Amino acid sequence: MKVKQISVFMENQVGRLAEMTGSLGQAGINIMALTVAESTDFGVVRMIVNDFEKARKILKEKNFTVRETEVLAIEIADQPGSLASVLKTFSENKLNVEYMYAFVGRREGAIMVFRFDDPDQALKALKGTKVKVLSNEEVLALTK
Amino acid sequence: MKDSGHIEHRIWNPRYEQISSDELAQLQLERLQATLQRVYRNVSFYKKKFNETGFEPSDLKSLDQLSRLPFTGKDVLRDNYPYGFFAVPLREVVRIHSSSGTTGKPTVVGYTKNDLETWSEVVARMMTAAGVTADDVVQIAFNYGLFTGGFGLHYGAEKIGASVIPSSAGNTKKQVMIMQDFKTTTLVCTPSYALYLAETIVEMGIDPKKLSLKWGLFGAEPWSESMRQEIESRLFIIATDNYGLSEVMGPGVSGECLMKNGQHVAEDVFLVEILDPDTLKPVPDGEWGEVVITTIHKEAFPVIRYRTGDISRIITGRCDCGRTTRRLARIRGRTDDMLIIRGVNLFPSQIEDLLMKIEGVEPHYQLIVDRVNNMDTLELLVECNESVMTDMVSELERLQKRIEKEIRELYNINAKVRLVEPRSIQRSEGKARRVIDKRNIYGSN
Repeated sequence: MKVKQISVFMENQVGRLAEMTGSLGQAGINIMALTVAESTDFGVVRMIVNDFEKARKILKEKNFTVRETEVLAIEIADQPGSLASVLKTFSENKLNVEYMYAFVGRREGAIMVFRFDDPDQALKALKGTKVKVLSNEEVLALTK
Repeated sequence: MKDSGHIEHRIWNPRYEQISSDELAQLQLERLQATLQRVYRNVSFYKKKFNETGFEPSDLKSLDQLSRLPFTGKDVLRDNYPYGFFAVPLREVVRIHSSSGTTGKPTVVGYTKNDLETWSEVVARMMTAAGVTADDVVQIAFNYGLFTGGFGLHYGAEKIGASVIPSSAGNTKKQVMIMQDFKTTTLVCTPSYALYLAETIVEMGIDPKKLSLKWGLFGAEPWSESMRQEIESRLFIIATDNYGLSEVMGPGVSGECLMKNGQHVAEDVFLVEILDPDTLKPVPDGEWGEVVITTIHKEAFPVIRYRTGDISRIITGRCDCGRTTRRLARIRGRTDDMLIIRGVNLFPSQIEDLLMKIEGVEPHYQLIVDRVNNMDTLELLVECNESVMTDMVSELERLQKRIEKEIRELYNINAKVRLVEPRSIQRSEGKARRVIDKRNIYGSN
């Protein structure tokens, strides 16, 4: 039920993001979700891709520093108030969200990535709630 | 600059500053012999070194035999921290200073009462050569503390009979206020601080021409001829260079006279050799080499052939000021990779040591030194590797802050740390370039 996110360290330089995503594109890797967190000097690009291992290999060959992080992909109904209600469930279960971002593709509802302190604990806590956590297969199915 | 035309050269101590070469050679020999006896008896390092080579202090019959004596390096001084090189018991030591060290441990130096007298004497000569008299008001904007700059200049100026303002370093606006209200005629500080003061004076809406400044005595960091011209034209003063290092005494080893063409060495106190740093053989007068100094008139902390790491040369010929002492050219560089940042010595290896101690950090780094608004800046680039990498920007920023804090605490330098991509630090022949110094401080001589 957990999804592997790949994080890439990147200096704030013109063209660097294009270079990185370009090398993934050439290798036929599809970026399904992406967000950039930046400081004044550098950024961390976080992505969900359709082939984690291959992406990691290519980026390392290109001398990028990468890191694997486990995140949860959660489906959120496309209607007013549904994100708030998911977040309310989190807080009721004392789950702290480090950050979140959205997938490009979607099912019936929108798919969002959530990074928790402890993804296993989050999974356990969300079991039995109405929050729909996607499996790896369900996530990969979003790509086509 | 108060009018040019005729420059009056005053000499503090003609007995030593206009000594004939024969008399000087005899005096140097006697003092060197006495120094060798002293270190042989009291400093175990030298005793051991002399014994190893079968040399006895009484063997020295002429100054030409100086080359038989062992060298003293900064590393040996550090290994004997804190008092291993003192040649007198501590009860005879009346002052202790220290210089920044290479591993966090400083080099500790001591002075007897006589040493302080010698020190203020050589500084008085140097300051007189630079124009200072009993009528001057001397503002000393060097840090007063373990650093030898503040106290060294202070006692020399008092000896001359000048009015001394120990304003110490920092608080620039207050310095300017003092300069204006106390009618300072002589400014003593680092050359970069002099330029910073010049800027502040203008910013505060003060016309530098209306100040009482006449003389500027600058040292403790390398500077260039073009920097002198800038300081002189912005502060309307005559600026002179002086040289010294705490390991041999502090300021006062040498200083320029008003001819501004080389620094007269206090040769009755310091034996200066210029050696090829590779062969360690003397180079002919006029050629560049490493400055090696033997103190011949010190009690508490004599050093034999101390390798300063500074590069200079002897300026040949007589000086028109009337002094007969030899002159040392403006320091042109270093034989090692030591950096001087705002007067603090720093070796790249110190940064390496510090990085190695932080878990996960690899010593792939580069130091970028620059001078912005006349103040030295230090930027440290560290490559972000997988063991420190996280998906959280805040954690990476925390790592940057932590390294900055450790540099500040250990080496007293404010650095800006920036994480960079792996293999982004420029490498030549596979070896990373550790230092990029953009200051061009040595300029052209």
